[in-house]
Amino acid sequence: MTQASRTSTGQALPLPEGIQGIVADWSSDQRAFKNVPWGKAMMWIFLLSDTFIFSSFLISYMTVRMSTTDPWPNPSEVFGLELFGKSIPLLLIAIMTFVLISSSGTMAMAVKFGYEKNRKMTFILLLCTAALGATFVGMQAFEWTKLIVHEGIRPWGNPLGAAQFGAAFFMITGFHGTHVSIGVIFLLIVATKVIRGDLDHERPGFMTGRKGKYEIVEIMGLYWHFVDLVWVFIFAVFYLW
Amino acid sequence: MAHAEAQQHPVAAHAEGQQHPIGIYLKIWGLLFVLSTASYLVDYFHFHGYLRWFLIIVFMLLKAGLIVAVFMHMLWERLAMVYAILVPTLLLMVLLGIGALEADYTFFTRGVFFLKGLF
Repeated sequence: MTQASRTSTGQALPLPEGIQGIVADWSSDQRAFKNVPWGKAMMWIFLLSDTFIFSSFLISYMTVRMSTTDPWPNPSEVFGLELFGKSIPLLLIAIMTFVLISSSGTMAMAVKFGYEKNRKMTFILLLCTAALGATFVGMQAFEWTKLIVHEGIRPWGNPLGAAQFGAAFFMITGFHGTHVSIGVIFLLIVATKVIRGDLDHERPGFMTGRKGKYEIVEIMGLYWHFVDLVWVFIFAVFYLW
Repeated sequence: MAHAEAQQHPVAAHAEGQQHPIGIYLKIWGLLFVLSTASYLVDYFHFHGYLRWFLIIVFMLLKAGLIVAVFMHMLWERLAMVYAILVPTLLLMVLLGIGALEADYTFFTRGVFFLKGLF
């Protein structure tokens, strides 16, 4: 069976820029997202839907916090850490923030080395990202344990004040932590593909006929940066409010 | 050598896309650290009221912007893509407004209800 030869999808005409470019891309009667691999456009669409999910959580949290007549527990104290006999406010959360930002930095560099086909550096940086992500999840587990066991905080109430605190906290950080955990697994899968040379030899992946390409590292990176992005908003509106 | 390679595969070099010098990632990484420290200090020095809110929101949006623009390469995407992702996100402002209105109303009715219980 012969395979039809693929006609070049390269652009015959230069693509217009600016507003004209938007109109031209969307009305081109082809794919609307030029210069973007299919998987990357789909990851962006997924992230957009995920944005709406996290926004719904954060906006509902705002609504319950603004409408409660009980005092809201002070996050600065609840998430403080005792260090050398001195309690430092929000210390654990600050460290978690730095860990997650660092993982985003290593991820961005992994994407760069991936496109340079530097297999070893990409692998090392992906592993660093996964390790930092796992550290983040570990610290979150520590934080949850502290809140559940020592402070007696439950989704339906707590001894510190407004009952809605626990529900909002466990829902939002739990959903974010799940995203980080899935991201760590995703990172390890991509790292394995990179070091095995699947991408260099364009081997198709699991359940797909598409050739392996280094763009999957960038697509993975989009997901990982999104997880960091969500944390920026959680840090600001949940912990600093 | 890189130049020679680019000449050999002009199409391939273009298709690979999103190759930027490592310096830009390191600089943004550093900036994110500075901004995170700054937002942590807002809490540490117990700023209150509108100043606190202003600083928190500004640092939050700056960090989010840097991550999306540079780490997620939005800066170098075509506008059709950028608008498809960012414009729907703006709709969330409507939900935010509805949430705030609803919360104020609920707070008010709770206030009335609990006040009545006192007498």
